[in-house]
Amino acid sequence: MEVVPDYIYPDREIDRAEGQVINDLKANSQPVIPDSDAWLDAELKQNILLTSVDTMIDWAQRSSLWTAICFPACCAFEFIAANGPRFDLSRFGMEILRASPRQADLMITAGTLTWKMAPNVKRIYEQMAEPKWVIAMGACAISGGIFASGYNVVPGYNHIIPVDVYVPGCPPRPEGLIYGIQMLQKKIAKKSLFHKEKA
Amino acid sequence: MAIKTEPFVLNIGPVHPSTHGVFRMRATLDGEVVLDIEPVIGYLHRGIEKLAEQRTFTGFIPLTDRLDYISSMSNNMAYCMAVEKLAGVKVPERAQYLRVIIAEMQRIANHLIANGSFLNDCGAYFTPFLYMFREREKVVDLFEMLSGQRLTYNFMRIGGLSQDIPDEFLPALRRFLDKMPAFIDEYDRLLKENEVLLARTRGVGIITAEKALNCSISGPVLRSTGYSWDLRKADPYLLYDRFNFDVPVGMQGDCYDRFRVRMEEMRQSVRIIEQALKDLPLKGAVRADVPQRLHPPKGEAYAHIESPKGELGFHVVSDNSIAPYRVHIRPTSLLNLTALREMVRGWKVADLIVIFGSIDICLGEVDR
Amino acid sequence: MTIALSGTELGKRLAEKFPGSIVESIPDCLLVNPSLLPEVAGFLKDIPDLDFNYLNYITSVDYYEYFEVIYRLTSTKYNHSIVLKARCYDRENPVLPSVTELWQGANFQEREIYDLMGIRFEGHPNLKRLLLWDGFAGHPLRKDYL
Ligand code: SF4
Repeated sequence: MEVVPDYIYPDREIDRAEGQVINDLKANSQPVIPDSDAWLDAELKQNILLTSVDTMIDWAQRSSLWTAICFPACCAFEFIAANGPRFDLSRFGMEILRASPRQADLMITAGTLTWKMAPNVKRIYEQMAEPKWVIAMGACAISGGIFASGYNVVPGYNHIIPVDVYVPGCPPRPEGLIYGIQMLQKKIAKKSLFHKEKA
Repeated sequence: MAIKTEPFVLNIGPVHPSTHGVFRMRATLDGEVVLDIEPVIGYLHRGIEKLAEQRTFTGFIPLTDRLDYISSMSNNMAYCMAVEKLAGVKVPERAQYLRVIIAEMQRIANHLIANGSFLNDCGAYFTPFLYMFREREKVVDLFEMLSGQRLTYNFMRIGGLSQDIPDEFLPALRRFLDKMPAFIDEYDRLLKENEVLLARTRGVGIITAEKALNCSISGPVLRSTGYSWDLRKADPYLLYDRFNFDVPVGMQGDCYDRFRVRMEEMRQSVRIIEQALKDLPLKGAVRADVPQRLHPPKGEAYAHIESPKGELGFHVVSDNSIAPYRVHIRPTSLLNLTALREMVRGWKVADLIVIFGSIDICLGEVDR
Repeated sequence: MTIALSGTELGKRLAEKFPGSIVESIPDCLLVNPSLLPEVAGFLKDIPDLDFNYLNYITSVDYYEYFEVIYRLTSTKYNHSIVLKARCYDRENPVLPSVTELWQGANFQEREIYDLMGIRFEGHPNLKRLLLWDGFAGHPLRKDYL
């Protein structure tokens, strides 16, 4: 093994380009991105008719949600605990964690989002396969939480990506997270192919 | 015939399963050999030191939980000790005993996670992690009994604890202590002489004691080099000078030694808790009389503790108002990363992950 | 117990060795002349009966008129410690010499201070922002940053 005598300091150009991306995103982020599936909550007025094809597809989609890894901060530990031996998320067919976003359709955003991290999260979201859902876990993910007034904290993931379900708490208990996932499953069950095209 | 190769740069992280959060490295590789890495951090920089200037002295305690979120109680304690030093508050004896007990329980919980995720990085995908999480849940249950929270406890206060322990706590702790040594033995049986683990970690990522001291490294990483420096012995705080315990040290400062030192420290923690339980005064205040709106006199103070990861300190400056003028956190995890470059140079990429895992960092504390 | 060495005694010794290096010596700390900081720090590190081989931390405080940079040194051999302070009065372009040569532990911390407080460390091998990104406007830990 040949050991290099000196440290290698990569080009400063990379840093500058990365900084530019962050600054651009910060300048261009919308106030709040609305949830595109929000119409599902007003189900009675809309009078949804589910066909048996819809039921079948919804069942397939909601029963095996694969989670992409996006665990910036403390809430991640409650997610891992939910995955762990006691709370055992695999009861709901959910224990699979995918390191590659291209294999996942659910993003559980467990932790504070900083501006420096924001382009990466956006990129992960864009790489995920359609249809995809996002659960915002914890106060930080919803609104910035305890750090909302910090100079580097994004006040909520919904400034960067659309969010489907919000799970409050700092951190939410594993039971809370599991309940949030069930809410998402209910939401998926209401979806109709027909409506999705119209919306 | 030697194949001519050229170095290239590989980006690892910030979202990567083995970076324990959002750590990122720019690794310069030649084939599979790591020539150099450049850590890029700040993906979780939440500006805690600035937020401290906008809160009262007591109001900052919840933020300290979120620094090293694997061992929140230790952070609480270090910050409270710094403010107590600044304001000259004396903590009642019962509270000091309870603090020792809680700090050692936190050490057990932290080392379980540290070793579990380290083994994960070695390739034992999730099996040892689940074993260790099982025990951690027991500590978390005890803490939940105290504070009502599972992760961010916010239990310490300036001058003691926020409230007295409930009646069920001591019997439950007793049951936990009776079982814990058997669990540690079980891990030892499974892992101590495990061929695969030895092959992956023996002699990998060696650091010498001089280098470690020069790089301001502390905690199990420093002790794994064989250098016995533990603030509980070197600069005893709370009541640590009353207890009998050993400081486990390693032999050569490789990944396996770091793993072993953590295992042994759990045993010693159990020993300390046993002694503290024996001497714990059954009655008495758990909190000194401290006003909610504390105005410490003008000045500055630094208090440090041996947190599970190493020397954790808070440097607090006061200008006699209700908010701290400046709070600096001595970040153990960040400083332990200083030598990562030297440790990984010349090793393979797979070893890079193992060495990084053996340092046991928490990104909340690295970035603050 | 780690013994906090008295700044007054050590200050006298240092003032003899390096005239003009000590601005003020009080029991808690030594206020060092920034231009002679590397010499003083090197002396403290290398002389056998002091042997400050461990740099606990570096931090900086903004006092409006000046920035104060605080170094806490410990000797793990003799178990004693000392606090050094250096002040920069220039708000626009504060500069201090780097101690990375002596203690590598200073590397990240000096970058952090450069990032958050805006103090430049001359002689640092790779001085760039650590926690925030290139192109971030301002230095957040300064008191006038809102
Ligand atoms: S909501 Fe609370 S526990 Fe979750 S990331 Fe934010 S501060 Fe941490």
